[in-house]
Formats: sequence, structure tokens, C-alpha cells
Amino acid sequence: MSLVSTSEQSVREMLALVKDPEIDSVSVLDLGMVENIAVAESSVHVEMLPTFMGCPALEIIKTNVENKLLELEWVEKANVTFIYHPAWTSERITTEGRERLKEFGIAPPPEKPGPDGAWHVDCPYCHSTYTTMENIFGPTACRSILYCKQCKNPFEAMKPVSTMM
Amino acid sequence: MKSAQEAQADPKYKTAVTELLYQLADDDFIIAFRGSEWLGLAPHIEEDVAFSSINQDTMGHAAIYYQLLEALGEGDADALAHDREAGQRKNAILLEEVNGPGHYLKKPLYDWAFAVVRHYFYAQAKKVRIESLKNSSYQPLADAAVKINMELYYHLLHWKTWFTQLVTAKGEAPERMKNAIDKVCEDMEGVLTLGPKGANMAALGLIEEEKLLTQRWHNEMEKVFEPLPISLPPVQAKRGNGREGVHTEDLNSALATLGEVYKQDPVASW
Repeated sequence: MSLVSTSEQSVREMLALVKDPEIDSVSVLDLGMVENIAVAESSVHVEMLPTFMGCPALEIIKTNVENKLLELEWVEKANVTFIYHPAWTSERITTEGRERLKEFGIAPPPEKPGPDGAWHVDCPYCHSTYTTMENIFGPTACRSILYCKQCKNPFEAMKPVSTMM
Repeated sequence: MKSAQEAQADPKYKTAVTELLYQLADDDFIIAFRGSEWLGLAPHIEEDVAFSSINQDTMGHAAIYYQLLEALGEGDADALAHDREAGQRKNAILLEEVNGPGHYLKKPLYDWAFAVVRHYFYAQAKKVRIESLKNSSYQPLADAAVKINMELYYHLLHWKTWFTQLVTAKGEAPERMKNAIDKVCEDMEGVLTLGPKGANMAALGLIEEEKLLTQRWHNEMEKVFEPLPISLPPVQAKRGNGREGVHTEDLNSALATLGEVYKQDPVASW
């Protein structure tokens, strides 16, 4: 069994409290944005993966993570850097993250897009599969807009991104 | 080359990778700006959302390239984006061209056909380039290419859809598209070229040869044009080569607008 140090564990607990600034039900951990945590005495360095490159929330996330970690009594220095390798993909969203996205009214990304790149998600409200794509581009870079023909609600879905594209 | 440090230790390599990064950065930067001028003017609300999302992604791609340049000792990324004169820019001339007569704040007489053709042709050229960059000998650039490719996938899909639909539509659309294709092709070679230092880039494994990339772009275009009632005219570089610092007045006015806020207080933190 691998040992995760108690300090790293406490960092993870704090990261679970840092939510996406635009989706306040999912944390940066749920989204799979955290790649590496390095603890050296009183300083913590977290390496994170940006979801979409032009996402204006990145700087806010960085500041929020740093401030949250400084709340830990033993932390004197907290630093976040964004790295591109490995690339963030929508498969990195955790099972819990997928559930929490639904609570917010956002369908989680499909686990497998079709061979031609086409993809389908169910309604996060009524779970109907009778949905249509309204706009592959949504209010933020990572989301698309769909419509549920069953419960007649518009909804959003996290766009699938994968290295297979 | 695994890192910026390694690249900096080899002057010949550094010169080539820097040159390539400026082309990539400046192309995305200026086309993202021209795209963003369409905000509020696109044919319908969904397109407004989509187009601005694409522009935001594209500006993000320019930002990565400028950061890679910063890591290579070229100076602050923001300054590289905002504070370089037109003569220092390496973007293709086609990408700096105004969207049409008029001004987006006053009377914009922008041409949607031109926007679709320019963005589609560019997205396809970018796709060919990014696929090649995934295997770049400069690892930080190869990593960035993997990331950019995932977003570019949606851009290309989007513009290809607009393109084929408008070319085959009824009414004035096909005629306007044909004119736009002719116009874009007059300068498309400027997008496809890697400039006078391209051979060096290929020799160092940064990206494949220009000839090969251009051929791939043509192959992709042929697939799309094949079932359509129109053909692709020869591509030219009528107004010169932006990779050599040759530009038009359109770039000066774009840079003046783009840098207006930055220049008021260059040391401000945003």
C-alpha cells in the first residue's frame, strides 16, 4: 500500500473545497484538474491542468487554490502552476464530479463519442435520452447547449475533449 | 529538446523555434482579434456564442505560444502580444485584413462569406500544422499542440459546416461564397508558408516541410470541394509574405486598437 503523507492528504482535503468559479457544485479535484502535489516543509506546489486554454477562470482558480492552501496552519507558501502535459481531457472528471455536474444542471461529458465524432448525452433533469444539440459552443469554452424534448428544458453539457480527436 | 534551457543553449535551434513560435502566435492573435470584431454582428445569436467561444480559444492558443516565447527569453508574453510593431509581426497578411468596410462600432459592412471562408481555410491549415507539431522536436511545443488540437477539432467542424452549407445554399450565398473563395485564395499562400527560415525548422525536426504541409492542406480541401459545384482556385501570396514582416495598413490599425488599453499603463496587473 502506498503511503500518502498526512500533509498531502490535508492539501487534498482543502482542494476539494475549491470549486469551479462558474459551477459551484464541482471542485477542481472533481474536474480532474490537479495533476501533482509537492509538499516541502511549509511550502506546497500544485501542478494543475487547464481545461480549455482560453478559459478566463484559470487565474481565478489559481488564486483560489493558493489562498485556500494558505488557510492550512502549516502552510506558509502555496504556489500553483498550469502545465500542458498530460493534456486535460474530459475523461478526467471523477464519478463524483459527473454526479455533481448533473446537480448543477449540466450533463457530464459522454464517456464515448461516436466514431464520426458525434456525441449524445441524456437530460440532466429528467434523464430522457430524447435530446437535441442546439449549439456545440456554449456560455463557456467547456460547455455546449442542448435541449430536452421530453421535459422541454434547455440544458448544458460539458464538451467531450480527448486526445483521440 | 526537452526544455527552454536546452533550446537556449543551441543558438541555431533557438533561432528556428523562436521564428516558428512567432508565426504561430501572431497568426492566432490577429485572427482571434478579427473574429472578435464580429461580436454582436454574427448572423444569429447561436453563432455569436459559438464564434466568440472560438475566438476566446484561439486567443488562448496565441497566449500559450507567447508564453513559450517568454520561456525562451524573448521577453514578457503580454509585451510580445501588445507591444511589437507591425514590421516585427510574422502573421500572414490574409489574417490581418479587415472584416469588410466600416467599423464595428459605427457602420460595419462586414462580409459573412469572407469570414466563413477565411476562418475555414485557416482552421484547416492550422489543423495540418498542429498535427505535425504534435511530433515536434521541441517538447514544450509538442505538448501545447496536443492541447490545442482538442479545441481546434471543434473549430474546424464548425467552419466546415458553415462552408459546405453556404456553398450549396439557395439564393445569393453561393455567388458570395465564390467571391470570398477567390479573395481568400489570393493571399492563402501567405498562411501556408513557413517563410524563408522554414527549411531550417524542418531540418531541426520542429515541424515538417512546408511542401508536405501545403500538400496535406490541398488534399483536405479536395475532399471537401469534390462533391461541391465549385473548385478551388490556385493559392497565391499577392500582397507579400507576412512571415518576412511585410504587412498592410490593416495590421497597423488593428494593433492600435488592440494595444490601446495595454499602452495606457503597461505595468498594470490585470
